[in-house]
Amino acid sequence: MAPGVWTIVEQRDGEIRKITYEIVSEGRRLADELGQKLTVVLLGSDIKDKATELGHYGADRVLVADDPRLGTYTTGAYVSVISQLAKAEEPAMILMGASSQGKDLSARLSARMGAGMAQDCTAFSLEDGNLVAIRPTYAGKAYEKVTFEDSWPQMATARPNVMSIAEPDTSRSAEVVDASFNLEDSAVMTKVVEVRKDESGKIDLTEADKIVSGGRGMKGPENYKILEDLAEVIGATVGASRSAVDAGWRPHSDQVGQTGKVVSPNLYIACGISGAIQHLAGMSTSKVIVAINKDEEAPIFQKADYGVVGDLFEVVPALTEEVKKYL
Amino acid sequence: MNIIVCLKQVPDTETQIKIAPEGKSIVKDDIKWVMNPYDEFGVEEALKLKEKFGGEVTVVGLGPKRVTESIRTALAMGADKGILINDDALEGSDSFATAKALATAIKDLDYDLIFTGQRGVDDDMGVVGASIAEFLGIPQLSVIVKMEVAEDGKSLTAHRPVEGQVLVIESSLPALVTTQKGLNEPRYATLPGIMKAKRKPLEEKTLADLGLDPAQFGEGGRKVKILEITPPPKRTEGKIVEGETPQEKAAGLAKLLHEEAKIF
Repeated sequence: MAPGVWTIVEQRDGEIRKITYEIVSEGRRLADELGQKLTVVLLGSDIKDKATELGHYGADRVLVADDPRLGTYTTGAYVSVISQLAKAEEPAMILMGASSQGKDLSARLSARMGAGMAQDCTAFSLEDGNLVAIRPTYAGKAYEKVTFEDSWPQMATARPNVMSIAEPDTSRSAEVVDASFNLEDSAVMTKVVEVRKDESGKIDLTEADKIVSGGRGMKGPENYKILEDLAEVIGATVGASRSAVDAGWRPHSDQVGQTGKVVSPNLYIACGISGAIQHLAGMSTSKVIVAINKDEEAPIFQKADYGVVGDLFEVVPALTEEVKKYL
Repeated sequence: MNIIVCLKQVPDTETQIKIAPEGKSIVKDDIKWVMNPYDEFGVEEALKLKEKFGGEVTVVGLGPKRVTESIRTALAMGADKGILINDDALEGSDSFATAKALATAIKDLDYDLIFTGQRGVDDDMGVVGASIAEFLGIPQLSVIVKMEVAEDGKSLTAHRPVEGQVLVIESSLPALVTTQKGLNEPRYATLPGIMKAKRKPLEEKTLADLGLDPAQFGEGGRKVKILEITPPPKRTEGKIVEGETPQEKAAGLAKLLHEEAKIF
Protein backbone atom coordinates (compact mmCIF):
# COMPACT_ATOMS: atom_id res chain seq x y z
CA MET A 1 0.00 0.00 0.00
CA ALA A 2 1.38 3.31 -1.04
CA PRO A 3 0.64 6.36 1.05
CA GLY A 4 -1.59 9.18 -0.03
CA VAL A 5 -5.09 10.49 0.50
CA TRP A 6 -7.45 10.72 -2.45
CA THR A 7 -10.60 12.75 -2.67
CA ILE A 8 -13.02 12.56 -5.59
CA VAL A 9 -14.46 15.72 -7.13
CA GLU A 10 -18.15 16.08 -7.82
CA GLN A 11 -18.91 18.34 -10.77
CA ARG A 12 -22.13 19.05 -12.57
CA ASP A 13 -22.10 20.69 -16.02
CA GLY A 14 -18.43 21.42 -15.44
CA GLU A 15 -19.06 23.30 -12.19
CA ILE A 16 -17.58 21.95 -8.98
CA ARG A 17 -20.16 21.29 -6.29
CA LYS A 18 -19.85 22.54 -2.70
CA ILE A 19 -19.51 19.06 -1.20
CA THR A 20 -16.21 18.76 -3.09
CA TYR A 21 -14.69 21.64 -1.10
CA GLU A 22 -15.88 20.03 2.13
CA ILE A 23 -14.17 16.74 1.34
CA VAL A 24 -11.03 18.32 -0.15
CA SER A 25 -10.62 20.45 3.00
CA GLU A 26 -11.06 17.37 5.19
CA GLY A 27 -8.68 15.37 2.97
CA ARG A 28 -6.06 18.14 3.35
CA ARG A 29 -6.36 17.96 7.14
CA LEU A 30 -5.92 14.16 7.16
CA ALA A 31 -3.02 14.27 4.68
CA ASP A 32 -1.23 16.86 6.84
CA GLU A 33 -1.66 14.74 9.93
CA LEU A 34 -0.32 11.70 8.05
CA GLY A 35 2.47 13.73 6.46
CA GLN A 36 1.26 12.56 3.05
CA LYS A 37 0.13 14.05 -0.22
CA LEU A 38 -3.44 14.91 -1.10
CA THR A 39 -4.47 13.89 -4.58
CA VAL A 40 -7.76 15.23 -5.88
CA VAL A 41 -9.29 13.19 -8.68
CA LEU A 42 -11.20 15.23 -11.25
CA LEU A 43 -13.35 13.49 -13.85
CA GLY A 44 -15.19 15.37 -16.55
CA SER A 45 -15.21 16.67 -20.08
CA ASP A 46 -13.03 19.72 -20.83
CA ILE A 47 -12.54 20.04 -17.12
CA LYS A 48 -8.84 20.67 -16.68
CA ASP A 49 -9.18 24.41 -15.95
CA LYS A 50 -10.85 23.55 -12.65
CA ALA A 51 -7.60 22.11 -11.29
CA THR A 52 -6.20 25.51 -10.26
CA GLU A 53 -9.04 26.17 -7.88
CA LEU A 54 -8.68 22.73 -6.31
CA GLY A 55 -5.06 23.61 -5.62
CA HIS A 56 -6.22 26.65 -3.66
CA TYR A 57 -8.27 24.38 -1.43
CA GLY A 58 -5.31 22.17 -0.63
CA ALA A 59 -4.72 19.62 -3.40
CA ASP A 60 -1.04 18.71 -3.88
CA ARG A 61 -1.89 16.93 -7.10
CA VAL A 62 -4.94 17.02 -9.31
CA LEU A 63 -5.34 13.86 -11.31
CA VAL A 64 -7.46 14.78 -14.32
CA ALA A 65 -9.44 12.23 -16.33
CA ASP A 66 -10.87 14.11 -19.28
CA ASP A 67 -13.23 12.33 -21.65
CA PRO A 68 -16.53 13.34 -23.28
CA ARG A 69 -18.10 10.27 -21.68
CA LEU A 70 -17.18 11.58 -18.22
CA GLY A 71 -18.95 14.92 -18.59
CA THR A 72 -22.17 13.57 -17.11
CA TYR A 73 -21.83 11.12 -14.26
CA THR A 74 -22.65 7.48 -14.91
CA THR A 75 -21.85 4.80 -12.37
CA GLY A 76 -20.19 2.48 -14.86
CA ALA A 77 -17.84 5.02 -16.45
CA TYR A 78 -16.75 6.62 -13.17
CA VAL A 79 -16.19 3.32 -11.39
CA SER A 80 -14.21 1.99 -14.34
CA VAL A 81 -11.90 5.02 -14.52
CA ILE A 82 -11.40 5.59 -10.78
CA SER A 83 -10.76 1.91 -10.07
CA GLN A 84 -8.10 1.82 -12.82
CA LEU A 85 -6.39 4.90 -11.42
CA ALA A 86 -6.56 3.63 -7.84
CA LYS A 87 -5.17 0.22 -8.77
CA ALA A 88 -2.26 1.93 -10.52
CA GLU A 89 -1.40 4.33 -7.69
CA GLU A 90 -2.68 2.47 -4.63
CA PRO A 91 -3.68 5.36 -2.38
CA ALA A 92 -4.26 4.54 1.28
CA MET A 93 -7.63 6.27 1.43
CA ILE A 94 -10.35 7.33 -0.98
CA LEU A 95 -12.83 9.89 0.33
CA MET A 96 -15.83 11.55 -1.26
CA GLY A 97 -19.05 13.31 -0.35
CA ALA A 98 -22.17 11.37 0.60
CA SER A 99 -24.24 13.17 -2.02
CA SER A 100 -26.51 11.25 -4.39
CA GLN A 101 -23.59 10.78 -6.75
CA GLY A 102 -21.05 9.99 -4.02
CA LYS A 103 -23.26 7.34 -2.43
CA ASP A 104 -23.87 5.63 -5.76
CA LEU A 105 -20.24 5.80 -6.83
CA SER A 106 -18.66 4.80 -3.52
CA ALA A 107 -20.94 1.81 -3.09
CA ARG A 108 -20.01 0.26 -6.42
CA LEU A 109 -16.37 1.33 -6.33
CA SER A 110 -15.86 -0.28 -2.92
CA ALA A 111 -17.22 -3.57 -4.24
CA ARG A 112 -14.97 -3.40 -7.31
CA MET A 113 -11.93 -2.61 -5.17
CA GLY A 114 -12.84 -5.18 -2.54
CA ALA A 115 -12.53 -2.38 -0.02
CA GLY A 116 -14.22 -1.58 3.25
CA MET A 117 -16.53 1.42 3.06
CA ALA A 118 -18.13 3.68 5.64
CA GLN A 119 -21.05 5.67 4.27
CA ASP A 120 -22.31 9.11 5.32
CA CYS A 121 -19.75 9.86 8.05
CA THR A 122 -19.89 12.94 10.28
CA ALA A 123 -16.26 12.94 11.47
CA PHE A 124 -12.89 11.49 10.49
CA SER A 125 -9.75 11.02 12.57
CA LEU A 126 -6.64 8.86 12.45
CA GLU A 127 -5.36 6.14 14.74
CA ASP A 128 -1.98 4.54 13.95
CA GLY A 129 -2.28 5.89 10.44
CA ASN A 130 -5.65 4.22 9.90
CA LEU A 131 -8.81 6.13 9.13
CA VAL A 132 -11.36 6.21 11.94
CA ALA A 133 -14.84 7.35 11.03
CA ILE A 134 -17.90 8.27 13.05
CA ARG A 135 -21.18 7.55 11.36
CA PRO A 136 -24.79 7.76 12.47
CA THR A 137 -26.76 4.51 12.22
CA TYR A 138 -30.47 3.90 12.75
CA ALA A 139 -30.74 7.41 11.24
CA GLY A 140 -28.88 8.93 14.15
CA LYS A 141 -30.34 6.96 17.04
CA ALA A 142 -26.88 5.46 17.53
CA TYR A 143 -23.38 6.41 16.38
CA GLU A 144 -20.85 3.92 15.13
CA LYS A 145 -17.09 4.41 15.40
CA VAL A 146 -15.36 2.30 12.77
CA THR A 147 -11.91 1.67 11.40
CA PHE A 148 -10.29 -0.27 8.58
CA GLU A 149 -7.53 -2.52 9.79
CA ASP A 150 -6.94 -4.85 6.85
CA SER A 151 -8.81 -3.02 4.14
CA TRP A 152 -7.19 -1.43 1.16
CA PRO A 153 -8.05 1.20 0.21
CA GLN A 154 -9.89 2.68 3.18
CA MET A 155 -13.03 4.23 1.74
CA ALA A 156 -15.51 6.64 3.29
CA THR A 157 -18.02 9.31 2.36
CA ALA A 158 -18.83 12.46 4.34
CA ARG A 159 -22.33 13.72 5.06
CA PRO A 160 -22.95 17.01 3.21
CA ASN A 161 -22.93 20.22 5.28
CA VAL A 162 -21.09 18.68 8.24
CA MET A 163 -17.38 19.18 7.49
CA SER A 164 -16.08 22.71 7.26
CA ILE A 165 -14.51 24.26 4.18
CA ALA A 166 -11.01 25.72 4.51
CA GLU A 167 -10.33 29.26 3.35
CA PRO A 168 -8.90 29.02 -0.17
CA ASP A 169 -5.24 29.99 -0.38
CA THR A 170 -4.52 31.44 -3.82
CA SER A 171 -0.77 31.12 -3.25
CA ARG A 172 -1.08 27.33 -3.28
CA SER A 173 -0.93 25.46 -6.54
CA ALA A 174 -1.32 21.82 -7.39
CA GLU A 175 0.63 19.67 -9.80
CA VAL A 176 -1.81 18.79 -12.60
CA VAL A 177 -1.45 15.27 -13.93
CA ASP A 178 -3.24 13.81 -16.94
CA ALA A 179 -4.58 10.45 -15.88
CA SER A 180 -3.97 7.44 -18.04
CA PHE A 181 -6.99 5.17 -18.38
CA ASN A 182 -8.85 3.06 -20.85
CA LEU A 183 -12.62 3.49 -20.84
CA GLU A 184 -14.47 0.82 -22.81
CA ASP A 185 -17.91 1.82 -24.07
CA SER A 186 -19.27 -1.40 -22.60
CA ALA A 187 -18.13 -0.29 -19.12
CA VAL A 188 -20.47 2.70 -19.21
CA MET A 189 -23.55 0.45 -18.96
CA THR A 190 -26.27 3.12 -18.45
CA LYS A 191 -27.21 6.30 -20.27
CA VAL A 192 -28.61 9.53 -18.90
CA VAL A 193 -31.16 10.39 -21.59
CA GLU A 194 -32.64 13.46 -19.93
CA VAL A 195 -31.89 15.79 -17.04
CA ARG A 196 -35.00 17.41 -15.59
CA LYS A 197 -33.96 20.47 -13.66
CA ASP A 198 -36.02 21.69 -10.75
CA GLU A 199 -36.95 25.13 -12.09
CA SER A 200 -38.07 26.38 -8.68
CA GLY A 201 -34.42 26.92 -7.83
CA LYS A 202 -35.13 25.26 -4.49
CA ILE A 203 -32.02 23.97 -2.75
CA ASP A 204 -32.24 20.27 -1.95
CA LEU A 205 -32.97 19.51 1.71
CA THR A 206 -29.73 17.53 2.07
CA GLU A 207 -27.72 20.59 1.00
CA ALA A 208 -29.83 23.34 2.52
CA ASP A 209 -28.30 25.76 5.01
CA LYS A 210 -31.71 26.40 6.59
CA ILE A 211 -34.87 24.30 6.66
CA VAL A 212 -38.41 25.21 7.72
CA SER A 213 -40.36 22.00 8.19
CA GLY A 214 -44.05 21.38 8.84
CA GLY A 215 -45.89 18.40 10.28
CA ARG A 216 -49.37 17.29 11.17
CA GLY A 217 -49.92 20.56 13.06
CA MET A 218 -50.05 22.35 9.70
CA LYS A 219 -53.59 20.91 9.35
CA GLY A 220 -53.60 20.96 5.55
CA PRO A 221 -51.53 21.55 2.41
CA GLU A 222 -52.85 25.10 1.91
CA ASN A 223 -51.26 26.23 5.19
CA TYR A 224 -47.68 25.58 4.05
CA LYS A 225 -47.81 29.04 2.53
CA ILE A 226 -46.81 30.53 5.90
CA LEU A 227 -43.75 28.26 6.01
CA GLU A 228 -42.88 29.17 2.43
CA ASP A 229 -43.11 32.85 3.33
CA LEU A 230 -40.70 32.39 6.26
CA ALA A 231 -38.41 30.23 4.11
CA GLU A 232 -38.37 32.87 1.38
CA VAL A 233 -37.31 35.57 3.83
CA ILE A 234 -34.51 33.59 5.53
CA GLY A 235 -33.37 31.63 2.46
CA ALA A 236 -34.55 28.23 3.63
CA THR A 237 -35.92 25.09 1.99
CA VAL A 238 -39.31 23.77 3.13
CA GLY A 239 -39.45 20.21 4.45
CA ALA A 240 -42.14 18.02 5.95
CA SER A 241 -42.68 15.19 8.40
CA ARG A 242 -43.74 11.71 7.35
CA SER A 243 -47.33 12.25 8.48
CA ALA A 244 -47.61 15.37 6.30
CA VAL A 245 -46.22 13.46 3.31
CA ASP A 246 -48.37 10.39 3.94
CA ALA A 247 -51.42 12.68 4.15
CA GLY A 248 -50.53 13.85 0.63
CA TRP A 249 -49.89 17.46 1.70
CA ARG A 250 -46.29 17.52 0.47
CA PRO A 251 -44.29 15.49 -2.10
CA HIS A 252 -42.16 12.51 -1.01
CA SER A 253 -39.03 14.47 -1.86
CA ASP A 254 -39.81 16.87 1.02
CA GLN A 255 -39.83 14.20 3.73
CA VAL A 256 -37.29 14.51 6.53
CA GLY A 257 -36.77 11.47 8.74
CA GLN A 258 -35.56 7.92 8.95
CA THR A 259 -37.51 6.88 5.84
CA GLY A 260 -36.95 10.21 4.14
CA LYS A 261 -34.01 12.56 3.91
CA VAL A 262 -31.40 12.88 6.60
CA VAL A 263 -30.47 16.55 6.87
CA SER A 264 -27.83 18.67 8.64
CA PRO A 265 -28.66 22.34 8.10
CA ASN A 266 -27.37 25.20 10.22
CA LEU A 267 -30.94 25.98 11.21
CA TYR A 268 -33.91 23.60 11.38
CA ILE A 269 -37.28 25.09 12.31
CA ALA A 270 -39.85 22.39 13.12
CA CYS A 271 -43.41 23.72 12.98
CA GLY A 272 -46.27 21.60 14.24
CA ILE A 273 -44.02 18.55 14.35
CA SER A 274 -44.44 16.52 17.53
CA GLY A 275 -41.07 14.82 17.11
CA ALA A 276 -41.78 11.15 16.43
CA ILE A 277 -38.56 9.20 16.88
CA GLN A 278 -38.32 8.51 13.17
CA HIS A 279 -38.48 12.26 12.42
CA LEU A 280 -35.93 13.19 15.10
CA ALA A 281 -33.65 10.60 13.56
CA GLY A 282 -33.54 12.52 10.30
CA MET A 283 -32.68 15.97 11.63
CA SER A 284 -30.79 15.56 14.89
CA THR A 285 -27.43 16.54 13.35
CA SER A 286 -28.82 20.00 12.54
CA LYS A 287 -26.73 22.67 14.22
CA VAL A 288 -29.53 24.82 15.67
CA ILE A 289 -33.00 23.34 16.14
CA VAL A 290 -36.09 25.46 16.73
CA ALA A 291 -39.44 23.91 17.66
CA ILE A 292 -42.75 25.71 17.39
CA ASN A 293 -45.58 23.64 18.79
CA LYS A 294 -48.66 24.27 20.90
CA ASP A 295 -48.17 21.08 22.91
CA GLU A 296 -45.49 21.80 25.49
CA GLU A 297 -45.08 18.05 26.13
CA ALA A 298 -44.14 17.35 22.48
CA PRO A 299 -40.89 15.31 22.31
CA ILE A 300 -39.47 17.77 19.74
CA PHE A 301 -38.80 20.23 22.58
CA GLN A 302 -36.24 17.83 24.06
CA LYS A 303 -34.12 18.16 20.91
CA ALA A 304 -34.70 21.87 20.40
CA ASP A 305 -32.19 24.59 21.19
CA TYR A 306 -35.04 27.08 21.17
CA GLY A 307 -38.66 26.17 21.78
CA VAL A 308 -41.74 28.27 21.34
CA VAL A 309 -44.91 26.92 22.93
CA GLY A 310 -47.69 28.49 20.96
CA ASP A 311 -49.97 28.44 17.94
CA LEU A 312 -47.77 28.17 14.86
CA PHE A 313 -50.40 29.99 12.80
CA GLU A 314 -49.69 33.05 14.92
CA VAL A 315 -46.02 32.52 15.77
CA VAL A 316 -44.69 31.72 12.27
CA PRO A 317 -46.06 34.83 10.49
CA ALA A 318 -44.86 36.96 13.43
CA LEU A 319 -41.42 35.36 13.19
CA THR A 320 -41.30 36.10 9.45
CA GLU A 321 -41.79 39.79 10.27
CA GLU A 322 -39.37 39.80 13.23
CA VAL A 323 -36.42 38.21 11.40
CA LYS A 324 -36.59 40.93 8.73
CA LYS A 325 -35.15 43.30 11.36
CA TYR A 326 -31.90 41.38 11.34
CA LEU A 327 -31.50 40.69 7.62
CA MET B 1 -40.00 -11.61 -16.75
CA ASN B 2 -38.31 -13.14 -13.72
CA ILE B 3 -37.62 -10.79 -10.87
CA ILE B 4 -35.59 -11.09 -7.68
CA VAL B 5 -36.41 -8.93 -4.67
CA CYS B 6 -33.79 -8.76 -1.94
CA LEU B 7 -35.24 -8.35 1.47
CA LYS B 8 -33.79 -7.19 4.77
CA GLN B 9 -35.45 -7.33 8.13
CA VAL B 10 -34.87 -4.26 10.29
CA PRO B 11 -36.14 -2.85 13.60
CA ASP B 12 -39.39 -0.92 13.16
CA THR B 13 -38.56 2.78 12.69
CA GLU B 14 -40.23 3.70 16.02
CA THR B 15 -37.81 1.42 17.92
CA GLN B 16 -35.72 2.95 20.71
CA ILE B 17 -32.19 1.73 20.10
CA LYS B 18 -30.37 0.34 23.16
CA ILE B 19 -26.66 -0.34 23.06
CA ALA B 20 -25.39 -3.70 24.32
CA PRO B 21 -23.10 -3.71 27.41
CA GLU B 22 -20.06 -4.63 25.26
CA GLY B 23 -20.66 -1.39 23.35
CA LYS B 24 -20.28 -2.85 19.86
CA SER B 25 -23.82 -3.86 18.98
CA ILE B 26 -27.41 -3.07 19.86
CA VAL B 27 -29.73 -4.99 22.18
CA LYS B 28 -31.85 -7.17 19.91
CA ASP B 29 -34.43 -8.42 22.43
CA ASP B 30 -37.82 -6.72 22.48
CA ILE B 31 -37.40 -5.31 18.98
CA LYS B 32 -40.31 -5.36 16.59
CA TRP B 33 -38.77 -6.60 13.35
CA VAL B 34 -40.27 -5.52 10.05
CA MET B 35 -39.46 -5.68 6.36
CA ASN B 36 -37.11 -2.79 5.53
CA PRO B 37 -39.57 -0.05 4.41
CA TYR B 38 -37.65 0.58 1.17
CA ASP B 39 -37.80 -3.12 0.27
CA GLU B 40 -41.61 -2.99 0.27
CA PHE B 41 -41.41 -0.76 -2.82
CA GLY B 42 -39.30 -3.43 -4.54
CA VAL B 43 -41.85 -6.13 -3.76
CA GLU B 44 -44.69 -3.95 -5.08
CA GLU B 45 -42.86 -2.98 -8.27
CA ALA B 46 -41.94 -6.61 -8.93
CA LEU B 47 -45.58 -7.67 -8.54
CA LYS B 48 -46.78 -4.93 -10.90
CA LEU B 49 -44.25 -6.03 -13.51
CA LYS B 50 -45.25 -9.65 -13.07
CA GLU B 51 -48.90 -8.67 -13.65
CA LYS B 52 -47.87 -7.05 -16.93
CA PHE B 53 -45.18 -9.38 -18.24
CA GLY B 54 -45.81 -12.68 -16.43
CA GLY B 55 -42.94 -14.64 -14.91
CA GLU B 56 -41.92 -15.29 -11.36
CA VAL B 57 -41.01 -13.15 -8.35
CA THR B 58 -38.44 -14.65 -5.98
CA VAL B 59 -37.71 -13.04 -2.62
CA VAL B 60 -34.19 -13.52 -1.28
CA GLY B 61 -33.55 -12.69 2.36
CA LEU B 62 -30.54 -13.01 4.59
CA GLY B 63 -30.45 -13.34 8.34
CA PRO B 64 -31.72 -15.50 11.19
CA LYS B 65 -34.89 -17.59 11.19
CA ARG B 66 -37.09 -14.62 12.15
CA VAL B 67 -36.53 -13.17 8.64
CA THR B 68 -38.86 -15.92 7.42
CA GLU B 69 -41.78 -13.79 8.69
CA SER B 70 -40.86 -10.89 6.42
CA ILE B 71 -40.35 -13.24 3.47
CA ARG B 72 -43.82 -14.71 4.17
CA THR B 73 -45.21 -11.18 4.14
CA ALA B 74 -43.79 -10.68 0.65
CA LEU B 75 -45.21 -14.06 -0.42
CA ALA B 76 -48.59 -13.02 1.00
CA MET B 77 -48.40 -9.82 -1.08
CA GLY B 78 -48.02 -12.08 -4.11
CA ALA B 79 -44.40 -13.13 -4.59
CA ASP B 80 -43.99 -16.73 -5.75
CA LYS B 81 -41.18 -18.18 -3.71
CA GLY B 82 -38.61 -17.34 -1.11
CA ILE B 83 -35.00 -18.11 -0.28
CA LEU B 84 -33.49 -17.39 3.12
CA ILE B 85 -29.74 -17.43 3.53
CA ASN B 86 -29.45 -18.42 7.16
CA ASP B 87 -26.14 -19.28 8.76
CA ASP B 88 -24.83 -18.49 12.24
CA ALA B 89 -21.56 -17.42 10.63
CA LEU B 90 -23.37 -14.48 8.98
CA GLU B 91 -24.09 -12.68 12.26
CA GLY B 92 -22.23 -9.35 12.26
CA SER B 93 -21.34 -9.39 8.53
CA ASP B 94 -20.66 -6.04 6.84
CA SER B 95 -22.22 -4.81 3.59
CA PHE B 96 -19.50 -6.37 1.42
CA ALA B 97 -19.98 -9.86 2.87
CA THR B 98 -23.77 -9.55 2.85
CA ALA B 99 -23.75 -8.57 -0.83
CA LYS B 100 -21.38 -11.44 -1.63
CA ALA B 101 -23.72 -14.00 -0.07
CA LEU B 102 -26.79 -12.53 -1.77
CA ALA B 103 -25.07 -12.29 -5.18
CA THR B 104 -23.94 -15.90 -4.88
CA ALA B 105 -27.47 -17.04 -4.10
CA ILE B 106 -28.85 -15.03 -7.02
CA LYS B 107 -26.25 -15.77 -9.70
CA ASP B 108 -27.62 -19.16 -10.73
CA LEU B 109 -31.24 -18.03 -10.73
CA ASP B 110 -32.96 -16.87 -13.89
CA TYR B 111 -33.54 -13.11 -13.58
CA ASP B 112 -34.21 -10.00 -15.66
CA LEU B 113 -34.44 -7.52 -12.81
CA ILE B 114 -33.28 -7.34 -9.20
CA PHE B 115 -34.71 -4.97 -6.62
CA THR B 116 -33.16 -3.89 -3.35
CA GLY B 117 -34.22 -1.06 -1.07
CA GLN B 118 -32.11 2.09 -1.56
CA ARG B 119 -30.77 1.50 1.93
CA GLY B 120 -31.54 -0.46 5.07
CA VAL B 121 -32.96 1.81 7.76
CA ASP B 122 -30.70 0.13 10.33
CA ASP B 123 -27.09 0.41 9.11
CA ASP B 124 -27.95 3.27 6.73
CA MET B 125 -25.17 2.20 4.38
CA GLY B 126 -26.94 1.81 1.04
CA VAL B 127 -24.08 -0.28 -0.32
CA VAL B 128 -25.50 -3.80 -0.68
CA GLY B 129 -27.55 -3.15 -3.83
CA ALA B 130 -24.67 -1.64 -5.80
CA SER B 131 -22.33 -4.37 -4.57
CA ILE B 132 -24.67 -7.15 -5.70
CA ALA B 133 -24.84 -5.47 -9.13
CA GLU B 134 -21.05 -5.30 -9.22
CA PHE B 135 -20.60 -8.95 -8.25
CA LEU B 136 -23.11 -9.99 -10.91
CA GLY B 137 -21.64 -7.61 -13.51
CA ILE B 138 -24.93 -5.85 -14.25
CA PRO B 139 -25.89 -2.15 -14.25
CA GLN B 140 -27.35 -0.52 -11.15
CA LEU B 141 -29.93 2.25 -11.07
CA SER B 142 -29.99 3.78 -7.61
CA VAL B 143 -32.71 5.51 -5.60
CA ILE B 144 -35.43 5.19 -8.22
CA VAL B 145 -38.87 6.84 -7.87
CA LYS B 146 -40.37 5.92 -11.24
CA MET B 147 -39.58 3.24 -13.79
CA GLU B 148 -40.84 1.67 -16.94
CA VAL B 149 -39.77 -1.55 -18.59
CA ALA B 150 -39.92 -1.50 -22.41
CA GLU B 151 -42.63 -3.60 -24.06
CA ASP B 152 -40.04 -6.09 -25.31
CA GLY B 153 -38.81 -6.59 -21.72
CA LYS B 154 -35.23 -5.87 -22.74
CA SER B 155 -34.58 -2.42 -21.31
CA LEU B 156 -35.84 0.02 -18.72
CA THR B 157 -36.09 3.75 -18.16
CA ALA B 158 -35.86 5.00 -14.59
CA HIS B 159 -36.16 8.33 -12.80
CA ARG B 160 -33.49 9.09 -10.24
CA PRO B 161 -33.86 12.27 -8.17
CA VAL B 162 -30.56 13.88 -7.23
CA GLU B 163 -29.98 17.30 -5.66
CA GLY B 164 -32.20 19.71 -7.61
CA GLN B 165 -32.59 17.43 -10.64
CA VAL B 166 -34.23 14.25 -11.81
CA LEU B 167 -32.05 12.09 -14.03
CA VAL B 168 -33.85 9.93 -16.57
CA ILE B 169 -31.63 6.89 -17.07
CA GLU B 170 -31.83 4.09 -19.60
CA SER B 171 -30.39 0.66 -19.09
CA SER B 172 -30.48 -2.72 -20.71
CA LEU B 173 -31.69 -5.70 -18.68
CA PRO B 174 -30.77 -7.53 -16.57
CA ALA B 175 -30.23 -4.68 -14.16
CA LEU B 176 -30.52 -3.92 -10.48
CA VAL B 177 -32.79 -1.14 -9.22
CA THR B 178 -32.66 0.30 -5.70
CA THR B 179 -36.04 1.58 -4.65
CA GLN B 180 -37.03 4.89 -3.07
CA LYS B 181 -40.24 6.12 -1.51
CA GLY B 182 -42.55 7.49 -4.19
CA LEU B 183 -42.03 4.57 -6.61
CA ASN B 184 -45.41 3.06 -5.73
CA GLU B 185 -47.81 2.38 -2.88
CA PRO B 186 -47.08 -1.11 -1.59
CA ARG B 187 -50.19 -3.28 -1.36
CA TYR B 188 -51.32 -4.94 1.82
CA ALA B 189 -51.42 -8.70 2.06
CA THR B 190 -54.99 -10.01 1.87
CA LEU B 191 -56.29 -12.85 4.03
CA PRO B 192 -56.40 -15.29 1.07
CA GLY B 193 -52.89 -14.08 0.21
CA ILE B 194 -51.70 -14.88 3.71
CA MET B 195 -53.28 -18.35 3.55
CA LYS B 196 -51.69 -19.03 0.14
CA ALA B 197 -48.29 -17.80 1.32
CA LYS B 198 -48.11 -20.63 3.85
CA ARG B 199 -47.93 -23.14 1.02
CA LYS B 200 -45.48 -21.27 -1.17
CA PRO B 201 -41.93 -22.66 -1.33
CA LEU B 202 -39.41 -21.11 1.05
CA GLU B 203 -35.98 -22.64 0.87
CA GLU B 204 -33.21 -22.13 3.43
CA LYS B 205 -29.56 -22.10 2.42
CA THR B 206 -26.38 -22.08 4.45
CA LEU B 207 -23.07 -20.60 3.35
CA ALA B 208 -21.85 -24.14 2.67
CA ASP B 209 -24.85 -24.71 0.38
CA LEU B 210 -23.71 -21.64 -1.58
CA GLY B 211 -20.12 -22.88 -1.68
CA LEU B 212 -18.91 -19.96 0.46
CA ASP B 213 -16.27 -19.99 3.20
CA PRO B 214 -17.78 -18.98 6.57
CA ALA B 215 -14.46 -17.38 7.58
CA GLN B 216 -15.13 -14.58 5.06
CA PHE B 217 -18.35 -13.64 6.89
CA GLY B 218 -19.47 -12.39 10.29
CA GLU B 219 -17.44 -10.21 12.63
CA GLY B 220 -14.16 -11.85 11.57
CA GLY B 221 -14.74 -11.15 7.89
CA ARG B 222 -15.54 -7.46 8.29
CA LYS B 223 -13.47 -5.01 6.26
CA VAL B 224 -14.90 -2.18 8.36
CA LYS B 225 -14.35 -2.93 12.05
CA ILE B 226 -16.72 -1.50 14.64
CA LEU B 227 -14.73 0.05 17.49
CA GLU B 228 -17.76 1.16 19.45
CA ILE B 229 -21.40 2.13 19.23
CA THR B 230 -22.53 5.07 21.32
CA PRO B 231 -25.74 7.01 21.87
CA PRO B 232 -26.00 10.17 19.75
CA PRO B 233 -24.03 13.11 21.14
CA LYS B 234 -26.04 14.99 23.74
CA ARG B 235 -27.38 18.35 22.65
CA THR B 236 -27.03 21.21 25.05
CA GLU B 237 -30.15 21.94 27.07
CA GLY B 238 -32.58 24.05 25.09
CA LYS B 239 -34.43 27.21 26.07
CA ILE B 240 -38.14 27.88 25.99
CA VAL B 241 -38.70 31.35 24.58
CA GLU B 242 -41.02 33.18 27.00
CA GLY B 243 -43.51 35.90 26.14
CA GLU B 244 -47.09 36.98 26.75
CA THR B 245 -48.18 36.99 23.12
CA PRO B 246 -47.17 35.13 19.96
CA GLN B 247 -45.58 38.39 18.75
CA GLU B 248 -43.41 38.65 21.87
CA LYS B 249 -42.34 35.03 21.55
CA ALA B 250 -41.52 35.49 17.86
CA ALA B 251 -39.53 38.63 18.65
CA GLY B 252 -37.64 36.80 21.42
CA LEU B 253 -36.85 33.90 19.10
CA ALA B 254 -35.64 36.15 16.28
CA LYS B 255 -33.38 37.97 18.75
CA LEU B 256 -31.89 34.71 20.06
CA LEU B 257 -31.28 33.43 16.52
CA HIS B 258 -29.52 36.69 15.73
CA GLU B 259 -27.54 37.39 18.91
CA GLU B 260 -26.88 33.96 20.40
CA ALA B 261 -27.05 31.44 17.54
CA LYS B 262 -25.73 33.99 15.04
CA ILE B 263 -27.83 32.53 12.26
CA PHE B 264 -28.51 35.93 10.73
